[in-house]
Amino acid sequence: MIVAEQKPIAEIAGYLDGHKRVLVLGCGTCVTVCLAGGERETAQIASVLRLSGNGREILENTIERQCDAEFFDAVADQAAGCDAILSLACGAGAQMVARVFPEKPVYPALNTKFMGTNDGAGEWSENCLACGDCKLGVFGGICPVTRCSKSLANGPCGGSADGRCEVDPQNIECGWQLIHDRLKALGKLDALSEIAAPRDWSKTHSGGPRRLSREDVAGL
Amino acid sequence: MWRGCERPAASDVSDRSDSPLERSAIAMSEEKQSKSGSRLERKLAAGGFAVTAELGPPKSADADLIRNKAALLKDWVDAVNITDNQTAIVRVSSIGTGKLVHDMGLEPIIQVTCRDRNRLAIQADLLGAYLMGIRNVLCLTGDHQVFGNHPTARYVFDLDSVQLIAMVRDMRDRKVFACGDEIRNSKKAGIKEPRLFIGGAANPFGDPFEFRATRLEKKVRAGADFVQTQCIYDMERFDRWMKEVRARGLHRKCAILAGVTPLKSVGMARYMRDQVAGVTVPDCYVQRMAEASDPKAEGIAICVEQIRRLRAIEGVAGVHIMAIEWEEKVPEIVERAGLGTGG
Ligand code: SF4
Ligand code: SF4
Repeated sequence: MIVAEQKPIAEIAGYLDGHKRVLVLGCGTCVTVCLAGGERETAQIASVLRLSGNGREILENTIERQCDAEFFDAVADQAAGCDAILSLACGAGAQMVARVFPEKPVYPALNTKFMGTNDGAGEWSENCLACGDCKLGVFGGICPVTRCSKSLANGPCGGSADGRCEVDPQNIECGWQLIHDRLKALGKLDALSEIAAPRDWSKTHSGGPRRLSREDVAGL
Repeated sequence: MWRGCERPAASDVSDRSDSPLERSAIAMSEEKQSKSGSRLERKLAAGGFAVTAELGPPKSADADLIRNKAALLKDWVDAVNITDNQTAIVRVSSIGTGKLVHDMGLEPIIQVTCRDRNRLAIQADLLGAYLMGIRNVLCLTGDHQVFGNHPTARYVFDLDSVQLIAMVRDMRDRKVFACGDEIRNSKKAGIKEPRLFIGGAANPFGDPFEFRATRLEKKVRAGADFVQTQCIYDMERFDRWMKEVRARGLHRKCAILAGVTPLKSVGMARYMRDQVAGVTVPDCYVQRMAEASDPKAEGIAICVEQIRRLRAIEGVAGVHIMAIEWEEKVPEIVERAGLGTGG
């Protein structure tokens, strides 16, 4: 899922300065699951903003997904009556709000962090950088692009020690130690003797914002 | 006493770094197989025990500082590594520094990390370095930028160190750029490729230990002509690693230069033991440093002992002395280690 966290309330309040009627808009998918922008968090932010007064009217609602235009009908009327929208979606969702309501200023209430997994209560971690050319099959199901702080393709740098990454040994595991251990457990260490060729970064954002067009599902 | 190789005059900045006389003398034998025209390559090819050192460029546009350090090292080592924004701190570029050093007759080994430059920038810089007379390159991953003075910078890591080695090898041996294009200015122009002697780093002490020899093997297969190791204190672990290296025959394809760093104080010994990732310092050395009445002299003595032991290990082709900000001690270490006679 997309993992996000709420911005400091002061930053949010700063954006809303001067706006009289604001729609606080939650999203029912990823950010609901990671407890950053679902119905509950939308209600919380809305009440904090109401308490802060300023004579500002605060409306609230949560739609199923902000990254898809088809879910916005439910809030079209509310949005029309507002002079700003505060989106509790990820960056993609907030941009869709701006696209659907071109005449309304849209502000983000979240910092979108990464694409990752839930690792237990209140813990999330980054696992995929959407490189566009997934090589998990070669690396034992552990992503070197993401889990190695330097996205190395041919094994650990000299900074790997006791399974931790030199960048922040307290908090970051060395992705290459994980890859090594897993391939060893699978009896596939040989795979690491192969020299991995330079990556084709044009398949990442280095090639510009990416698009996907699929004729097979167009018009469905 | 050993005085190092013959040096060209400072004014000789021609395409090749040897004097014409030297060139003709070796032309018939080694020149043919020579990959790069590097003197380090020639020394290793002739079976000599190579000595390299390290020169950290300054954090300001201070040519005198570079020249002073180079003057200290000049007659004592075969070549000197010029670090590339070491520990992610901005310094004079390795190529700029290398040119100054080269002009003084000291052979530079230009370090290149993958952190700051992508494949376009590195290839362009290597072409330029070659034109300025530089003949050795050391290909490194690079410390992460969080360690340095610009922790908010964006990193590059377009290539990793293995891929970098392969790219430089392909530029030299296949005469192509990373994209596959021939290294020529136009279809009609001749191929003019940069011919560099290619080094890599090896860390016998990093984790996972059992992968370390595999990683070296990858670098050798990618085209490393020599490697310099992380500084060695733990001889036992280094011995085990060298056994694995010999079992794979890597020492015959690639010159292994064993890294040493003289300890200056017990504080440094403890710091290296506890804080530096990928370095282990056995307690016996920490204790010796703690008990010494003159820790600096003890550090040099330990370093000299280590070099003598390393030299006796089969497959060790030289030493790499990393006396950062202590360059003035390199001549003493070289001399006391008896590196003047066999080379
Ligand atoms: S290889 Fe690419 S697509 Fe696969 S997990 Fe890693 S970043 Fe994501
Ligand atoms: S320590 Fe491991 S995860 Fe960190 S940069 Fe080096 S190889 Fe990558």
